[in-house]
Amino acid sequence: MNFKRNAIVSLIGLSLVVAAGVAGAKQTVKLVFIGPLTGGVSANGIGGRNSADLAVRLRNEDPKAKYSYELVSYDDECKPNIAVQVATKAAADNSIIAGVTHYCSVTAVATVDTYHKFGLPVVVWGAVLPSITYGNKYAEIHRVNGTMINQNEVAAKFMTGMKFKRWVIIHDTTDYGKGHNQYFSEYLKKAGGQIVGTFGVTADQQDFTTELTKAKELKPDVIYFGGLTPLGVRIRSQMEKLGVNAVFEGTSGIKSDAFADGLGKQLAEGSLSFIEGAPWEKLPGGLFFAGKYTLQKYNEPPEAYGPFAFAAANLILDAIEKVGPNRKKVTAELGKTKDKDSIVGKVTFDDHGQNIVSLITKYVVQDGKWVVWEDSEYGSGKRKLKGQ
Amino acid sequence: MTLGLLSQYIFNGLMLGMIYAMVAVGFTLFFGVLDVIKFSHGDVLMVGAFTGLATYLGLQALGIDSVVVQLLVMTLVATLSMALLGAVIAKYLVLPLRLAPPLNTLLITLMLGTVLRESVRLFYPQGSNPKPFPRLLPTDSISFGSFTLRADSMILLLAGLAAIMAVHLLINRTKLGLAIRAVAQDADTARIMGINFEFIVLLTFAIGSGMAALGGLMNGLYYNEINFGIGLLLGVIGFSAAVVGGLGNIYGAILGGFLFSALQSVGAVALPALFPGTSTAYKDVFAFAVVIIFMAWRPTGLIAEKKSERV
Repeated sequence: MNFKRNAIVSLIGLSLVVAAGVAGAKQTVKLVFIGPLTGGVSANGIGGRNSADLAVRLRNEDPKAKYSYELVSYDDECKPNIAVQVATKAAADNSIIAGVTHYCSVTAVATVDTYHKFGLPVVVWGAVLPSITYGNKYAEIHRVNGTMINQNEVAAKFMTGMKFKRWVIIHDTTDYGKGHNQYFSEYLKKAGGQIVGTFGVTADQQDFTTELTKAKELKPDVIYFGGLTPLGVRIRSQMEKLGVNAVFEGTSGIKSDAFADGLGKQLAEGSLSFIEGAPWEKLPGGLFFAGKYTLQKYNEPPEAYGPFAFAAANLILDAIEKVGPNRKKVTAELGKTKDKDSIVGKVTFDDHGQNIVSLITKYVVQDGKWVVWEDSEYGSGKRKLKGQ
Repeated sequence: MTLGLLSQYIFNGLMLGMIYAMVAVGFTLFFGVLDVIKFSHGDVLMVGAFTGLATYLGLQALGIDSVVVQLLVMTLVATLSMALLGAVIAKYLVLPLRLAPPLNTLLITLMLGTVLRESVRLFYPQGSNPKPFPRLLPTDSISFGSFTLRADSMILLLAGLAAIMAVHLLINRTKLGLAIRAVAQDADTARIMGINFEFIVLLTFAIGSGMAALGGLMNGLYYNEINFGIGLLLGVIGFSAAVVGGLGNIYGAILGGFLFSALQSVGAVALPALFPGTSTAYKDVFAFAVVIIFMAWRPTGLIAEKKSERV
């Protein structure tokens, strides 16, 4: 009797184990997302997080996927010290195989050593400072978006081509802002533009009236701003207060819906920005991305670099599918990426892990929205920038 | 430099100086009546600005669109609630420590400042992000050459001036003010004369904190943006202004506020001109360095508090 009961219990137990085994046949693999989820540029960070999350969700829905994926996300607050903390936390966790990391250049460049030391392969999805990939030759570091070198070259040529002559440059004094200043100035001089004044400002400065009054005295055609959205919003709105009548030219750092929303339709109108990659809105993959993004009902828009985060996550997922959840193998596999299709165009990593993108897209704010220059009424000549 | 540009610099400086002066007046009032330094003052300003913003959003939700009503209600709610907060801080944190070493008050208010700051960051919806502050004032502008005068800046400047004048009149022309001055001069004698000491202290803290709330609203309306960290630097600057002017003296605080903004402007304009290649980011370094020199020159401040020690 007792024996029989034991047999039944074991049988039930065994069937449960088998059932559980079938249901959880896929091993769970963890990825990490790191970006600014709070603070001034959090709109971009959250857009990136949602986009990476979308890539993971879509992969989990795919019956052909070998593993089941989980995305862990950490907030770097766009601050280097916090970024190193969370990067160490992620890299020290052996269950995490790879990372989609950093929007802010200051955080991305601060953490490269950490990833290298722990051997965690990462794909940077938004930071544009050249030295993130080119400063060292770390196999673990890759970047799916371009550097600020390309965008400033295009920006300088484009703007001088529009017959603008005099520039005032305002940049934040972090490595990010200084980099923009350096490359833009270099290319602008080559293109024949004249820089009549350069102002370095702190990254959390509130009042720009003194700098802008001085800029006004210099009578520039264009105010170039090398920095991120929050400062961009402040400077543009204080320009209006002081009656500085010039075109506001930003970088990829202000290409976010938060810029246009923060300023309102009227003030944002005619502001410019430049960003690497093809205009994803127009690529077939981009439409797929936008459609799926809407379906998931995220509360926030993907923002400018969302598609890059999505592409970065997909590169990692493809690599893991191919070589298995092993950091070393994934690092090697990512390094081999060549002409791979993604929603931001073809991706090829050079020997520094940098995606070679030559294409830069120009954007202008028209009626409170960033519009690709060629499609805008400015591009068609229907509307004119200030001073034209 | 043309006259127009010079006026523009001066006007910018006045605007900034007005906000600093409003913070400094609070510091100096608190020091005057109780000889304490309340370091949470800058953060009270920030909470005031957020209260104003929350009130605005509430009014929007109720469908009240009249700008005048919105401004009035925002100002009233922010000022009164911060006045209340100031009085509560005085009653439960500052007064009980009256006989303890002054360092304790300084520390406890410094910590309170952090609590206020972090609370807004954590509990206000999306509190760590900068918040756009509504543009409620008319934006018409007149240009005189290269000087652009905007109606909203002018209104803010006048409002600040009116607030400071009102405090001045309250202190110098009313019975309440007389009581405040009496307590400031000698608390014990004032008590013997039948002045309700605790009430006067609470009132003074309420007035100073209400001023901070007004400063916060002005800051928001001027820059059209607030964030949880604005109180930190404004607090330090306001305190320095009060010290340079002479802690305990209301005119000294006002003078100190304008002096500090003038130093910042001069720093931003003159430094790059004198040393090509320096960025204007050094303006704060310059302003604070000059403050240090001032302190060495006149340790009691530009206008020292009148004190007669009798043995």
